[in-house]
Amino acid sequence: MSIRPHRILPVISLSLLALVMLPLEASATVTTWGDSLLRVLSLQDYNTRLVVFSTTLLGMASGWIGTFLLLRKRALMGDALSHACLPGIGIAFLIMVALGGSGKALAGLLAGASISGLLGVGAILIIRRTTTIKDDAAMGIILSVFFGLGIVILGMVQELPGASAAGLESFIYGKTASMVQQDFNLLVALSVLSGIACILLTKEFTLLCFDEAYGRAMGWPIGKLDMLMLTLVAAVTVVGLQAVGLILIIAFLIIPAAAARFWTENLVRMLLLAGGIGALSGWLGSSISALAPRLPAGAIIVLVTAFIFILSMLFGIRRGVLPRAVAALRLKRKIGRQHLLRAIYELQERASVADGSAKFNSRITFASLCQHRHWTHKAVHRLIRKAKKEDHIEHFDGAHLQLSESGYGEASRITRNHRLWERFLIEHADIAASHVDRDADSVEHILSPDMVRELEQQLKSSATPSSPHPTGGKH
Amino acid sequence: MEWYALDSWIVLTGALCAIACALPGTFLVLRNMSMMGDAISHAVLPGLAIAFLLSGSRSSIWMFVGAAVVGLITALATQWISHWGKVDRNASMGIVFTTLFALGLLIIVQAADHVDLDPNCVLYGALELTPLDVVAEWNWFGWLIELPRATLVLAIVAGINLLIICVFYKEMKLAAFDPDLSEAQGFRAGWMHYLLMAQVAVTTVAAFEAVGSIIVVAMLIVPPATALLLSKRLGMVLFLSAALGAAAALMGHLAAIHVPPMLGFNGTSTAGMMALATGILFVLAWLKHLKFN
Repeated sequence: MSIRPHRILPVISLSLLALVMLPLEASATVTTWGDSLLRVLSLQDYNTRLVVFSTTLLGMASGWIGTFLLLRKRALMGDALSHACLPGIGIAFLIMVALGGSGKALAGLLAGASISGLLGVGAILIIRRTTTIKDDAAMGIILSVFFGLGIVILGMVQELPGASAAGLESFIYGKTASMVQQDFNLLVALSVLSGIACILLTKEFTLLCFDEAYGRAMGWPIGKLDMLMLTLVAAVTVVGLQAVGLILIIAFLIIPAAAARFWTENLVRMLLLAGGIGALSGWLGSSISALAPRLPAGAIIVLVTAFIFILSMLFGIRRGVLPRAVAALRLKRKIGRQHLLRAIYELQERASVADGSAKFNSRITFASLCQHRHWTHKAVHRLIRKAKKEDHIEHFDGAHLQLSESGYGEASRITRNHRLWERFLIEHADIAASHVDRDADSVEHILSPDMVRELEQQLKSSATPSSPHPTGGKH
Repeated sequence: MEWYALDSWIVLTGALCAIACALPGTFLVLRNMSMMGDAISHAVLPGLAIAFLLSGSRSSIWMFVGAAVVGLITALATQWISHWGKVDRNASMGIVFTTLFALGLLIIVQAADHVDLDPNCVLYGALELTPLDVVAEWNWFGWLIELPRATLVLAIVAGINLLIICVFYKEMKLAAFDPDLSEAQGFRAGWMHYLLMAQVAVTTVAAFEAVGSIIVVAMLIVPPATALLLSKRLGMVLFLSAALGAAAALMGHLAAIHVPPMLGFNGTSTAGMMALATGILFVLAWLKHLKFN
């Protein structure tokens, strides 16, 4: 996997530019709407400033942790965890009421949520280790059973006289627009903590994601590392849950990481990018939602994140749909061109053998070319049109065709590569001469010059060898 | 203990829900797509909201159509994202359902004046109240039988699912365990996949509209996973998961009646108790599994 910084840097700088440009653009439009956009994006209101800062930080922290979750194929862990928090919230409320408190102290509810979330995670790990049940089924079991238990407890608590349990659900649905300083402090602490953990434990977490068995064989404490990673997930989930709600935190743990994956194959870059995408969507989404009434912040942030995901899926340089389609199309064209040139070369070779003359760039007939590889006329016309554009074919009148100088050189080179590779396979890989043509075909189109030189050395051959099997279709 | 017709209807509805869910649920668990039920039950929110806005009524047929369409879209979009984008299937499930839920939330909040639709209500459902919504009643040897709507809907869905499993048993089995062989033999594994997804979408929507989503998610996954711990034969697993689900429905209702008074509370959610009961059955099977392995 090669790393090409120049491919990924423009993306980062573009997003940074967007960050800087948006307020500028807004200031250019002298309308009340533009003014308010500027005010929001540049964080002039105290209320929106708190919300925007908090969601940005949360997006960043969950982007980092989400990257590891995604690579570990546990993207839905946030989903399972956030549902598993519910019974803990109910029990913490009951205990605090029993102790004579109001039952809604944030610290107590957070502790309850974390404990039951971690119990849920522990149960998932134990189910996975002691049975043949897969990760996703274990997550589903814990999610539904814990949530059921939570509903049972809340159902009982709600009828409790004296203490009002109303508002406990806001712990699940969040209250993005009405965050307070306390939430912000928690989020700052959380993002600092998860940032430090990701920096210090990058190597260990990478091992956990890519080769757990190897790590275990090397003597790493895999079980403990796994639990530590999931504790971080739990911390992000619990803090995020009460700040922004269940759906947004699940989305934040999955979508930025999945979007970043389209742009890079390098883990560190993916971490940075996922954090950036999370922060960008938190910032843009909460700013947009502050502009007009009736735009729920959580929902808008999820939609902004999803929009970034769709863009990344289409245009991402590394794994995006369009770049991959373009690469596949290019390879297909290259293979078509190489097949055409080799077929022409083989026909010329056969003609020279029949005459007993030396091989030269002779004219061949269109009909013989079609017959040679059982191509349809339409397919050959298409290939010839492409080859003409690249100046490989000098003359084509419908019945005869003639290669150009460069085309003839290219045809010799391609045929030679093919035959070198065939001979290598016959001599060193013990492949039968009658089967070697197709096996060679799967590799020859991507032979690099280095490999060709190595083949020449191995086979002690510098001229174009003759084909080890009869060429073409019916003779 | 006093047992009313009401209790019978609640248990029967829960048991039918369990049977309807257990059949496609077994294949979901076998194909490592257990979270599909959870994803669909969240994702249908925009379907419900749009159906409500367009039809202007909360008549259940429109809501059902809207939800089923969005449920199918969820399954398809998950498939597309994981296929074209080469994203892990569970991750693409998460992307699709969070996005759709957010869209639904936005529509509901935007149209708050016209839409009287509470997301909480959609997600929790009210199993306790199902017997009050009666579609048909008749007299049978002096007994007045009042058939609740939810029971009828779930009986139909359970019947359809049973029919599909009976007709396509061999194909579904092959597609679940060896899709390549299935393709090679001329069965379209892809079509079987879409049939299963359609089944899951319709079952999820029908069941959670009747009894709430939490019980659907539990009944789709937990009884099949429990049955898979107890048996290795597909026919047996299907039968066991339906039976375990039905047993959990009965246990859950009994627990919902008897447990809260013991702890000094008035009552609690029956659907939650049923979900919890599936969990207890799972733990029992798990202990047995641990003992013998």
